[in-house]
Amino acid sequence: MNDVVVNTQELLRRFILENYLFTDDQGQLNNTDSFLDTGILDSMGILELIYFLEEELSIKTESAEMVPGNLDSIDNLLAFIDRKSA
Amino acid sequence: MTTNAYDIDPVLTLDFEHEVEKIAQRMRQILSQDLHRRGFIIAMSGGIDSSVCAALAVKALGVKKVFGLLMPEKDSSSTSGDLGKLLAKHLDIEYTVDNIASTLDSIGCYRWRDDAIRQVFPEYNEQWKNKIVIAGGVDGRINHYNIVVENPQGERFEKMLPLKAYLTIVAATNHKQRIRKTLEYFHADRLNYAVIGTPNRLEYDQGFFVKNGDGSADIKPISHLYKSQVYAMARYLGLPDAICNSTPTTDTYSLEQGQDEFYFSLPYQKMDIALWYLNHKKTSSELANKLAISEQQANFLFNDILSKRRTTDYLHKKPVMIEDVVLDF
Repeated sequence: MNDVVVNTQELLRRFILENYLFTDDQGQLNNTDSFLDTGILDSMGILELIYFLEEELSIKTESAEMVPGNLDSIDNLLAFIDRKSA
Repeated sequence: MTTNAYDIDPVLTLDFEHEVEKIAQRMRQILSQDLHRRGFIIAMSGGIDSSVCAALAVKALGVKKVFGLLMPEKDSSSTSGDLGKLLAKHLDIEYTVDNIASTLDSIGCYRWRDDAIRQVFPEYNEQWKNKIVIAGGVDGRINHYNIVVENPQGERFEKMLPLKAYLTIVAATNHKQRIRKTLEYFHADRLNYAVIGTPNRLEYDQGFFVKNGDGSADIKPISHLYKSQVYAMARYLGLPDAICNSTPTTDTYSLEQGQDEFYFSLPYQKMDIALWYLNHKKTSSELANKLAISEQQANFLFNDILSKRRTTDYLHKKPVMIEDVVLDF
């Protein structure tokens, strides 16, 4: 895993942990956890996440890309960002 | 899909005579034993839900103990006011018209909303019209929102709303429901009456209401009835055809806006069936057969209902306390 991916992963994890779980305990969030199924985020939370991607990473999510497969876990987000950045 | 006198799907049909009597009896009991008030306040939008609630209140208490309110504002259609007055006269109840436009103007409702719309359409001004439409959920995507605007020449434009603009527009327009509720409680306080909330089951289940706005009430007489059942009950109660045949709208945005395009994604008849099938543990295959859609679409529909339940759960919650406090009396 290169530095950029590590940094993006940390950035995403920090965003979720600080804003939705209100903790810095890394053990509270697995990279495979579904945000929706675990209740960490609801659909409004996903929209906030999309806003975060655009503001912090300049990743613009199109309407057709707003699917759980792209946005519903840290791993899904990293793969999505990877594809968008390719 | 419908086969009977009240134009309702067989899975949703009811013994309306029995149901009306049951609700009226419970309304009297709740008013007397739980609320200790002497009558009902009903805000009448001219829509099917408030019209049926008003008629049920009259069934429960008679015309002299029900007070109606019509509260139009700048974006209200003239039809809704006409239907509200038609109903008040049909039921022969006392009512008043309080236009809330100047209050909304003072509180910044229109200014906040229009400034947020201009983040997306800088040329938008007071002569233009607007509405919000939902997208995504029934196609298996995350629900998100587009703004539709129309200029004075009748040209329409649509763009996806950035999150902050969407939240601001909704927050601003929520003033409408909250100011109305303030007036309902003013009249309730001065008359020692209870306030009726008018959500049907589909709206209640899916969180289609404003917290401390139209979601606030002392009694909700039709929150167990699917919207199709409310329409059928209106026909059973003999309400005017113009009300029984009206299409549900939000009556909140200046462009005409169906509840389906703002929130539910599908017409209420189909949403009712989907919700009933979900509540009765039917499979997506059975729903697909019923609505003549693909199994994948039926799955998306079930997931969309569950997603909205999760997202709006907060709207149902009373203030959450750190510890229970027991009040004995």
